[in-house]
Amino acid sequence: MVLRNKKGQESVREVRVKVLEAEDDGNKSLFVFDEPRDARGTALLIHGHKDRADDQWLYLPALKRVKRISSSNRSGSFMGSEFTYEDMTVQEVEKYTYRYLRDEPCGDGLDCVVTERIPVEKGSVYRRQLVWRDKSALRVWKVEYYDRKDAHLKTLTIGEYRQYLDRFWRAGSMAMVNHLTGKSTDLVWTDYQFGTDIDDRDFTRTGLRRVR
Amino acid sequence: MPSRALSRALVRLLWFGVCLFGFATHPASSHGQAGIYDVDLTGRLAAESRWFPQTALFQGQGSHASGFVAEPNLYLEDEAGRILNVTPWFRYDSADDRRTHYDLREAYLLLSGAAGNGEWELRLGVDRVFWGVVESRHLVDIVNQIDLVEHPDEKTRMGQPMAYVTWSSDWGVVELLGMSWHRKRTFPGSDGRLRASVVVDNDLAEYESSSGKWHPDFAARYSHTLGLLDFGASVFDGTAREPAFGLCFDCGSPGVPSNSPGPPGSSGSSGLPGLPVPVLYPIYHQIRQYGLDAQWTTGSLLLKLEAIRRSGARNLAGVEETFNAFVLGGEYTFFSLWNTDADLTLFAEWDRDERGRRATNFYENDLFAALRLMLNDVQGTEMTVSVLHDLDKRQSIYGLELARRLSDAFSLVLGAVAITNIDRDDLYYDLRQDGFVQLGINYHF
Repeated sequence: MVLRNKKGQESVREVRVKVLEAEDDGNKSLFVFDEPRDARGTALLIHGHKDRADDQWLYLPALKRVKRISSSNRSGSFMGSEFTYEDMTVQEVEKYTYRYLRDEPCGDGLDCVVTERIPVEKGSVYRRQLVWRDKSALRVWKVEYYDRKDAHLKTLTIGEYRQYLDRFWRAGSMAMVNHLTGKSTDLVWTDYQFGTDIDDRDFTRTGLRRVR
Repeated sequence: MPSRALSRALVRLLWFGVCLFGFATHPASSHGQAGIYDVDLTGRLAAESRWFPQTALFQGQGSHASGFVAEPNLYLEDEAGRILNVTPWFRYDSADDRRTHYDLREAYLLLSGAAGNGEWELRLGVDRVFWGVVESRHLVDIVNQIDLVEHPDEKTRMGQPMAYVTWSSDWGVVELLGMSWHRKRTFPGSDGRLRASVVVDNDLAEYESSSGKWHPDFAARYSHTLGLLDFGASVFDGTAREPAFGLCFDCGSPGVPSNSPGPPGSSGSSGLPGLPVPVLYPIYHQIRQYGLDAQWTTGSLLLKLEAIRRSGARNLAGVEETFNAFVLGGEYTFFSLWNTDADLTLFAEWDRDERGRRATNFYENDLFAALRLMLNDVQGTEMTVSVLHDLDKRQSIYGLELARRLSDAFSLVLGAVAITNIDRDDLYYDLRQDGFVQLGINYHF
């Protein structure tokens, strides 16, 4: 993750992410911080839920402390970046209501649909989002974020899609630009691994103490 | 004499290392085909300085201390997922040869696996275990000894040799610990600030148990998450982490400079030559402690409780007394304060020890309030101001902490403690001049 301020000064963040998809409830995810080095070993465990607020635990390696934290922190910046926690967590279908707006080309000249989605949860920082999705594989290419006052706050541009296991499309780059502050963040995804032998055991409170 | 303490510490550190190496090579060599999968050497070096603006009360004490900390970490993982984690730790302090000290914070072998629809975990060796939820003090947390010379907030913990089993599933988490090789609490030497008028001499420490520091101690905890509630119930049976004290005259060991012969006026606490020199010696009794910790996490509000019942320990009068103590409170966070990236968290906690004036700590009946501002900026700037106010007396302890990242490898930590209106008859009266400002630079490698 490359954070860029108004003057173009950059700083780098490195995070490893593990996600376990579940059908009956929300996904489980684990974020482990590698850079900056003073945060190394810090880990965030999220048990997502479709019908209620997520459960979140933070592991602080200096104290060896696992702390249950509030999941109301949806609007907060993720590691000082332009991505909020809300942007970083997996987008469950149930968390929005949707409205079809128009057809329009997007990405690299693809045939796309523009949809408006409105967060169900009152605590969201966004009033609405516009989503550009191609018709052939339903990949998201662009998202515009509008704040509570309906001002155009941020734009996310997604690219470098690759297909894994002949099924799963995953993006290689996500660029978030904040139009109010002039700051931006490039999120570069590498080394996707599917079908690894991770299971529920990798997403437990006790397992948090073993993360590396 | 810091140099002597330094060399003594280094020799012991080396000895620790040799023992550890024997321990470390055993599991690796007994399974020849399993190769090392991951080797990682990381750690922290820090340079620190402390200034005490108020005049020292006792001879030998200065107004400034500088030093450094080294905390390397070696991590080995083999293909079978077996982990060896080693974290030696060393501090050099220019003023106090008792604050110049080393510790083995961690040196454990970690095995884990599936058990039914849950998991098991075994840790063998030296480790640190944290139990608890509140901020003002760590009440339930009892497995590890307090490294008191590090900071008077009693939150820094030393390594503890243990066999530690964790078993978890849908029904919760069970932890079982067997411990031996009791670690003594660290205390400032005669040249150190933040000490009582009479110096504590750890070389004279006594144990109630005839097996001394080798007494086997046991602890267990059950914890679970039920919706918004996280709770744990624990028990500890064994050698106390908090010592009682005995007073002794002219029996200090050579390790305490206050008792070594020297020119008049250079000796420590009592000063005058010819008079018997008093020294405190720690006594570690056998105790049992039941603990309860709970946190209710609802929206931006966290409600917290920690409570203990301890028997076998001595009160301030030196009499055995079974007592209860608790911390009740919570924290509330304003996320994205005024539409910025900053978060502001308010803490409020009530600390109560039912022994009142017979309590052996500061927390007889105190209110803790704190404010933490996290800017969530690129530098990770974080500031905490706190006050611990005695509800029965006028005394308060104020704290300030400021942390900011300078680059990927360097970070800056500023801290300050102020102690005000301490009563003449209070346990902490001798610390009334020992407020300090502390500046540290960390290098992470």
